[in-house]
Amino acid sequence: MSEHRVNLTINGRGHAATVEARMSLGDYLRDEAGYTGVHLGCEHGVCGACTVIVDGRAVRSCLMLAVQADGSEVTTAEGLADGDGTLHPVQQVMREEHALQCGFCTPGILMTLAALTGGQEKADEATLMNSLSGHICRCTGYQGIRRAARRLAADSGQ
Amino acid sequence: MKPAPFDYVAPTSVEEACKVLAEAGGGATVIAGGQTLMPLLNLRMSQPFVLVDINKIPELSGISLTENGIRIGAATRQCDALKNPLLAAELPVLVEALRHVGHHQTRNRGTVGGSIALGEPAAEQPACAVAMGASIEIASVRGQRSVPATEFYVGPYMTILEPDELVTAITFPHWPSGHTPLFCELAQRPGDFALVGMVGALAIEGVAITRAGLGWFGMGGTPIRAYSAEAALLGQALGSIDADTIAELALSECAPFDDHHASAEYRRTVGKRLFAKTLRKALTVGEAA
Repeated sequence: MSEHRVNLTINGRGHAATVEARMSLGDYLRDEAGYTGVHLGCEHGVCGACTVIVDGRAVRSCLMLAVQADGSEVTTAEGLADGDGTLHPVQQVMREEHALQCGFCTPGILMTLAALTGGQEKADEATLMNSLSGHICRCTGYQGIRRAARRLAADSGQ
Repeated sequence: MKPAPFDYVAPTSVEEACKVLAEAGGGATVIAGGQTLMPLLNLRMSQPFVLVDINKIPELSGISLTENGIRIGAATRQCDALKNPLLAAELPVLVEALRHVGHHQTRNRGTVGGSIALGEPAAEQPACAVAMGASIEIASVRGQRSVPATEFYVGPYMTILEPDELVTAITFPHWPSGHTPLFCELAQRPGDFALVGMVGALAIEGVAITRAGLGWFGMGGTPIRAYSAEAALLGQALGSIDADTIAELALSECAPFDDHHASAEYRRTVGKRLFAKTLRKALTVGEAA
């Protein structure tokens, strides 16, 4: 049961910690680092609620160990809005399109859409729609989420 | 839903990784992308003493052309393979298959070698390796060996890999440029495991088929090569091929089973239609070209 020293950047802030080998990145972010925007749902890679951005890519934080994130840059839902409270474009569009109900699945969906629209390559509508298959919304509020994704594709000119 | 305790090591070379695997005497498990292993750990269906993380071994990532074909490092991420121009030109069928592997979010971590080494019978990449005649490179402290994908799989999640061995790369043989890729699968939702699927390629010269590689996934305990269908296609003129007859031949190679997603009967019925439809489409494309 080895323990490991990890250094990582979360939402622009440096964090150092000692973690047990078996601790998932999701558990570390939520329980140790305090980023409760990381929602752990199924904890076996099915629901997508725990999705965060690691080094620019949307990944399920329950399917990655904290020790594997050593040296990485991680973004959680807390890192999306500006310091003054201005919403990230994905948050703004999801709000306008009523793309959430209970909100449990929302942070994961935000992170997937933010990863796909925030980088150098802008994803097209088909890619955004397809990426939503990696998320389950048990309120079944998919239509609003799909509208938001379509608008994001349109806004980026794809 | 938390894994049982384990030790974690992240070797930086294949030699080092092999040494850890040998010393662990079967108690170690290799983690690459972890997109199948992490659920198994979280559910405690897998309880290794040591987890050997191969993500920090640079030589295990990347795609290159060699004299034997196109070589894909075992820890190459599926999302990187999807965007690889070399793969798109040389092995378009694998790129098409990769689009159906898991979800965007799991392809960002999942690796080509991880899926190939796991041997899930309904997975796309192992079937692609079997159909296209790939070979799997394996290393251990005892040396290196290369095993044809057709001999690698022995049952669901069972391969000839010994506990101290590591899959280091998969080499797909050269196929003539302009060959026709074939891929079709039926799944209940995008990203779900296929109920039935077929994958392969045809090389066509003039109006005749000069090379065929065809395989099934989700149609038995392992990916299955459709040898009899390949043999029946070889040398045939495009216009003279009856896709239904070939599909029937291909079907004779598999023994699909019942599970809670679909019955064996359903898999046979749908599999045959899906195979014939995909073959017919490929032949039409070949004729037009």
